[in-house]
Amino acid sequence: MIVNGKEIVLQKEISIMDFLKKQGYDTTKVAVEKNGDIVSRKKFETEILLDIDKIEIVCFVGGG
Amino acid sequence: MHIIKKGVMPNDDEYESMMAARHTPGIHKKLKEGKVAIAGLGGLGSNISVMLARIGVGKLLLVDFDVVEPSNLNRQHYDLTHLGMLKTDALKNQLNKINPFIETETCNLKVTEENVMMIFNDYPIVCEAFDNPQYKAMLVNALLEQGEKRIVAASGMAGFDSANNIKTKQRFKNLYICGDFKTPAQEGTGLMAPRVGVCAAHQANMVLRLLLNIEKA
Repeated sequence: MIVNGKEIVLQKEISIMDFLKKQGYDTTKVAVEKNGDIVSRKKFETEILLDIDKIEIVCFVGGG
Repeated sequence: MHIIKKGVMPNDDEYESMMAARHTPGIHKKLKEGKVAIAGLGGLGSNISVMLARIGVGKLLLVDFDVVEPSNLNRQHYDLTHLGMLKTDALKNQLNKINPFIETETCNLKVTEENVMMIFNDYPIVCEAFDNPQYKAMLVNALLEQGEKRIVAASGMAGFDSANNIKTKQRFKNLYICGDFKTPAQEGTGLMAPRVGVCAAHQANMVLRLLLNIEKA
């Protein structure tokens, strides 16, 4: 799987929510694009990642 | 060719043609047709709005529910006379003095997932200029899920690390992010005018590029 341009080997299928938590992301501050399409935050629990997927994860820090 | 006389205000036509002369004609026209929303009128949003008004973007939507406070004056485009005013009103007044030939709409609502399309519906480009990272994520997700918008967001501009570390990156098809992507506002790295201004200028420049149909960050 490609995550933010880097290759990661995905041993088994995993939900986006579990993947984000495993990677240490605060899921309230992120946006995720999978294979070029935005993934609704309501679907983080049900959307499953496969090793062929390409995802981009954006995580915001505060300040403005 | 118009000549400015000291102390005499040029009339609308004269002023408009002088402003237009600053741009190549084709560019002025494209910018005048532009519609851009600015979500959050703090250090980023107030400065972005001023820059977009100066370059003549035809229609701006200013969104914020807050009032100007003394703690804002270290980086936001307000002064002592604006204290206690709604940021929307304080900024609209300034924009009208800088460039009276653009249209400015204001909205004093707190943006939520539910009202996001109602507020931003008419605006194809939205600048995310909030402070709180959860609100940043909420706005970006809601806009990308519910509408076909271009978003120019910001993440990481606090403190006094090198200004050269602030970049513009296209992260998703319709999402550009400006900032150093890592420095949050916290004790020891507060929000300060220079880096916040650099980041605001990155956002305004990306909006300008999009209005001129340049998609590269």
